[in-house]
Amino acid sequence: MPFSYDANILREIILDHYQNPRNYKQIDSDDFIKIHMDHSDNCTDDIYVYLKVENNVIKECYWYGHACAISTASSSIMTELVVNKTVEEATKIMDEFNKMMKNEEFDESILDEAVCFVNTYRQPSRVGCATISWRGLKEAFEHLKHEGDCDCGK
Amino acid sequence: MEILDAKKIREDFPIYKNTSLMDGHPLAYLDNAATTFKPYKVIDAIRYYYENETSNAHRGDYRLSANVDYKYELARKKVAKFINAKDIEVCFTSGTSMSLNMIAYGLADLLNEGDEILITEAEHASNVLPWFNIAKRHNFVIKYVPLTKDGRLTVENFKKSITKKTKVVSLAHVTNVLGYTVDVKTLAKIAHENGAYFVCDGAQSVPHIKTDVKDLDIDFLAFSGHKMLGPTGIGVLYGKYELLTKINPLLSGGGMTSRFDTCGDITYSMVPYKFEAGTQNIAGAIGLGEACEYLQEIGLDKIYQHEMNLRNYAISKLEKLDNVILYNKDADHGIITFNIKNINSQDIATYMSSKGVCVRSGQHCAKILLDFLQTESTLRCSFYLYNTYEDVDQLVECCINGGDFLDAFFL
Repeated sequence: MPFSYDANILREIILDHYQNPRNYKQIDSDDFIKIHMDHSDNCTDDIYVYLKVENNVIKECYWYGHACAISTASSSIMTELVVNKTVEEATKIMDEFNKMMKNEEFDESILDEAVCFVNTYRQPSRVGCATISWRGLKEAFEHLKHEGDCDCGK
Repeated sequence: MEILDAKKIREDFPIYKNTSLMDGHPLAYLDNAATTFKPYKVIDAIRYYYENETSNAHRGDYRLSANVDYKYELARKKVAKFINAKDIEVCFTSGTSMSLNMIAYGLADLLNEGDEILITEAEHASNVLPWFNIAKRHNFVIKYVPLTKDGRLTVENFKKSITKKTKVVSLAHVTNVLGYTVDVKTLAKIAHENGAYFVCDGAQSVPHIKTDVKDLDIDFLAFSGHKMLGPTGIGVLYGKYELLTKINPLLSGGGMTSRFDTCGDITYSMVPYKFEAGTQNIAGAIGLGEACEYLQEIGLDKIYQHEMNLRNYAISKLEKLDNVILYNKDADHGIITFNIKNINSQDIATYMSSKGVCVRSGQHCAKILLDFLQTESTLRCSFYLYNTYEDVDQLVECCINGGDFLDAFFL
């Protein structure tokens, strides 16, 4: 499947999002779930994912922090992909993205520009980079599920 | 005239035969500060123990076990000789981290509330966190010797930082990010004049420069086997005999007590056995003994000079490149710390991997130092006896083409 993609185009997508990351800003508002992804000794990425969810719909999604080219581009693309989606729709996109990371069959129609990471599985050390913001999103959804249990994540 | 024939040396290391290529390019392994390759001499000795001699040490009356006792203690002798210590002053541990933890928790009993522990911002996490932990538990105070603007520790600054309250000084002989060598002998003397114990983190120095614990007059030394051609999971805690008898072991268990009773009274075994609870890494110790011998046969002075030749060659090439930032141009050790301008270090390290070059990217377990260098992360290249000028050429080529780092993603 990866061979159907033009490497030059995929490279341009990564470079574009790396050089001009979208939805990149620091948010200081209680309306947002804020997830800090900074758990690794081996990776110096240190990013935040911000999510505003109303009636089960992701109204706004931003990210902020310090990251390598791959995680910068991936975070940028993710924030564009999930905005105005329901939590279930966003979860479906995330699942397909993760399948792509594992080199399994995936539904490219809903991944849009995120297909630029189709080769990531060949470099296991970069899977962590490409998925850091997605893992942040997953954690945000966990917080949503347990909203009301405590005020964690906010 | 080459000081070492690195290509000949490579014949001693099976990895150069079995994994001569990485991603289709000659393997240029330049991450020796992280770990090192193993020569046949080490691997064969470990294999021999497992295939012909397996049994526990200090346990059995049968011949097989007695033989292992002999081999295990012979390994201790070889290590002791390597650092000019007495055999009984060498305790086997799992590595530098464990050794430093044992020293810190052991010394904690000898300190009083308010006593100061002196370290620097350039220390590896292993030489910071154990001190943080005992300081928190017992209300000791951690103090830092200020570094010069290029990250060096000077005798002058050290003198200004040590006080009557300083009871422990713990410093890396060679720092793992910037590769600066500390004047341990002078600093240990000053520490002792002020009544402080001197602990030396030898993880980056013992594999590369001759370490004579008597001449340096250090109280404790910690180092790892795997950074000096030995196996992983084995390391050393050296301590002056009198001090080892004074401090308590961090771990307790089998083989380290003479007797104990139901009242909880324990009599520990003699030094060094009281620090070796449980079945030890016998194969690891045997392997480390062989590694010490191998390094001595080649000669540490030659190895060091070879690394410095490679370093000087690399620096002469790298400093001509406009896109390279060098953080330790003048270091006196085979570690080069650098960045490619405006490119994240991990992006470059992955790119280099696609060209057969192994370097480390990140914070190198010295998170405080990078605040000091004002960068989030760096690349680190580190040499050893089997590295060649061709390895350096491969590295330099990658730096020149660093802007193409996304190539690695589309192979």
